[in-house]
Amino acid sequence: MSTLHLAILLPFVFVVIIPLLYKYTTAIHTGWIALIVPVALFVYFAGYFSIYDAIEPIKVSVPWIPSIDIHFTLYLDSLSLLFALLITGIGSLVVLYSIFYLSKDRERLHLFYAYLMLFMGAMLGSVLSDNLLVLYTFWELTSVSSFLLIAYWYQRQRSRYGAQKAMYITMTGGFSMLLGFIILYVASGTFSIREIIAMGDSVSTHYLFIPAMFFILLGAFTKSAQFPFHIWLPDAMEAPTPISAYLHSATMVKAGVYLVARMTPIFGALLEWSWTIIVVGIVTLFWGSFNALKQYDLKALLAYSTISQLGLIMSLLGVGSMGMNIRFENESLLFMGAFLAAIFHLINHSVFKGSLFMMVGILDHETGTRDIRKLGGIMHLMPISFTLTMVGAFSMAGLPPFSGFISKEMFFTSMLTLSENNSSWVNIIPVVAWIASIFTFIYCMIIIFKSFTGTYHANLLERVPHEAPVGMLASPATLSILAIALFLFPGLVVTSILEPTVKGMAPTVFAKHPDWHAHITAWHGLNLELFMTIGLIIIGILLFLSIEKWKTPIFSLMSKRYNLNQIYDKGMINLEKFGTAVTRSYMTGSTTHYLTYIFCFLIITVLGTLLVTNSFYLDTSNDSPIEWYEFVLGIATVAAAVFVLFSTSRLMSIMGIGVIGFTVSLFFVIFRAPDLALTQLVVETISTTLFLLCFYFLPKLKTSITSLKFKLTNAIIALGVGTTLTLIGLSAYGHRIFVPIAEYFHDSYKLAGAKNIVNSILVDFRAFDTMLEIVVLFSAGIGIYTLIKLRHAGRND
Amino acid sequence: MKFTDVYLQTATKILVFIIMTFSIYVLFAGHNNPGGGFIGGLITASALILLYIAFDLQSVRDIIPVDFKKLGATGVLIALLTGVASLVLNIPFLSQAYTYVDLPFLGKTELATAMIFDLGVYLAVLGTTMTIITSISEDDI
Repeated sequence: MSTLHLAILLPFVFVVIIPLLYKYTTAIHTGWIALIVPVALFVYFAGYFSIYDAIEPIKVSVPWIPSIDIHFTLYLDSLSLLFALLITGIGSLVVLYSIFYLSKDRERLHLFYAYLMLFMGAMLGSVLSDNLLVLYTFWELTSVSSFLLIAYWYQRQRSRYGAQKAMYITMTGGFSMLLGFIILYVASGTFSIREIIAMGDSVSTHYLFIPAMFFILLGAFTKSAQFPFHIWLPDAMEAPTPISAYLHSATMVKAGVYLVARMTPIFGALLEWSWTIIVVGIVTLFWGSFNALKQYDLKALLAYSTISQLGLIMSLLGVGSMGMNIRFENESLLFMGAFLAAIFHLINHSVFKGSLFMMVGILDHETGTRDIRKLGGIMHLMPISFTLTMVGAFSMAGLPPFSGFISKEMFFTSMLTLSENNSSWVNIIPVVAWIASIFTFIYCMIIIFKSFTGTYHANLLERVPHEAPVGMLASPATLSILAIALFLFPGLVVTSILEPTVKGMAPTVFAKHPDWHAHITAWHGLNLELFMTIGLIIIGILLFLSIEKWKTPIFSLMSKRYNLNQIYDKGMINLEKFGTAVTRSYMTGSTTHYLTYIFCFLIITVLGTLLVTNSFYLDTSNDSPIEWYEFVLGIATVAAAVFVLFSTSRLMSIMGIGVIGFTVSLFFVIFRAPDLALTQLVVETISTTLFLLCFYFLPKLKTSITSLKFKLTNAIIALGVGTTLTLIGLSAYGHRIFVPIAEYFHDSYKLAGAKNIVNSILVDFRAFDTMLEIVVLFSAGIGIYTLIKLRHAGRND
Repeated sequence: MKFTDVYLQTATKILVFIIMTFSIYVLFAGHNNPGGGFIGGLITASALILLYIAFDLQSVRDIIPVDFKKLGATGVLIALLTGVASLVLNIPFLSQAYTYVDLPFLGKTELATAMIFDLGVYLAVLGTTMTIITSISEDDI
């Protein structure tokens, strides 16, 4: 266990600690306790950060399930460090902000912060894991914890709907990603990302390589809300605003971006990879920014803007990976600029979007509404909020002097590079990108001017607006300062994060160009990109001023036809209907039916396999002679069984079953298995007691059982099960295909210090089985308990 | 259910101690002699069932105020934590270790981590069995 492992475990420890402390610390806001975690982790991860050097990648490993190549391996390089810093840094600010946002008296804060910590730990685990299956585990844990967070106000129907939608979509993608990982394992023989990258071409020639790529991309696209899977993100806005700021701007949705960046060294050289990402990214960018214009709710607007910005980052990753293709060997360094832009914009986006979400939260908190039709004219009532919102929105719109400007210019450069080096129809991509940027500009203006300037409608607002408390403003102010600082001093992140990350993403390219260095400056001279910016500002202002004229006709035309949400909703309803129909067809509520299914299944599969593979085997030559007392016991067992069959009273049949159990334990005694005999005796005693307890509630045994057909079917099934099990027993005994495992257990005294082999098998050699067995047993117990208690609860209603 | 059988009650008072003692012996001897957590748990459960049969539910609950659901959960947790403990020490999940120590009066005694695991099994089995039996017998129609 290294400190890195402990860092990931810390949030999980707090998941337990927070609810425990909650009871005893009613005086202070639970957020102050939770704040310890992200701050401590941020300080820890910041220790690795140095603005002048790249960090040496660190790899630490703890075996988890070594037999199937699952190791808890953590890998910290610049990319992971960047994400770890974002998760903990923005996490600290969000927790600080939430302390002022969420009321201590009304909310169930212990649950809120426990879920938040769960999410933080899962997110850290995802970005630091080197093992694909461990990555997958944490990845799904982020889905689960975000489900809990989105449904935090679960009394509201919309919250539950949004949480479910987010989980269905991201988990479907997650399963597909798992499939992709497994295929990668088949192709490479390892789950370690580092090892797969090191294998290079030998993996990429495998015929399943491209399917694996698509399955993994599906996971990344659903998580990052790419078109057409983006529909969950606006509905996820039902979560409390600090959660939206955290999950839906800075962290969870970026997991998809992270995955694409992480997988780029493996798949990047494929043109299929590049084009899929570029096309999906550009479409998402366009569709998201266009739909954002339609929104009246500020949070929904920000949700669509997040969708479009993630599309932008994705498309940049696609363009960059093109440089890794052999066709563009000479232009490869030009394409690398796109990787730089992607990672830089990722940082900028987290900064300005986090701040904007918090500002919307403040507006909501202070005025009681997020609807831009009701807001307006509150500029001089909330001057600080106005300034901070302006910084965030201008950075998002890509205007100087904010960091978003630099990365947007780099985005234009990359798109132009793409079209210059490809056939002429690709020219459409920079145009689409430019139009999307105009939309981006317009919605940024909407955020600022529709909510803060114009006429003030005091009657529409629920509260009299006033400036937010300092504690609430602290977090967005920090982010705003960062947005300016990154514009003035982009060098803060260039050599430490951007350059090594880009070098790590395209190792093949930089093997040929070891001297390459990243350069990012705020002023890049008069060029096409700058004119594009000037153009978009002019057109954007014109369109913004005339927005009332064209907005309603266009969107009212659109909303009827192209609606992915309707497809989703209808699909869910039909799926439910189908599921109900299937379930109804066999869940009849009759135990007789269920047992019939189970036994028939057993006969068909087991007896069928025996017949097909012709595995019958009867060998009595090694058998020891049967003594007379064994005969007696055997006859007694059979007699008891027959007695049960024909007994007329329930009590007698229970006793008959008891006789069978006790004679079996006598068999164990004869065959010198005291452990088994003892267990069998006690189990028999307790189960007979249980039977007698239930006896009182059981219906009277019907002596005259209905039809002959019913009896006959039962007889056939009973004979079938009996025959099958007897044949298995005999065949298994006769076969000697493998070396008996017994030899291994002979050493139990040496290996486990146990003279009792049975016990050492249970607790030493096969302890995992035992552990799961007691879990099953315990679950069954809890199940019975709830069944009985719930029935009464239902009756009292 | 309520019995007032003086013979049964008197016999139970003595028998329960014998059965309990035996069950604890079985639990600790498990590593080297027939026994172990599973059987130990079941034997203790049968002792408790005897108590329940001889006396009524409420008086037994007054004597043994244990929430068997929590007991079972504790058992599962103990078993799980012995596994995690080996992870912390950088060895595979659920690795067990043992050693011999010289204790006063007892002489050379074996100490095995498997014992702790077995204790978890014991508690889980006991807790579950008793949860099932008490919840069924409490169920009044």
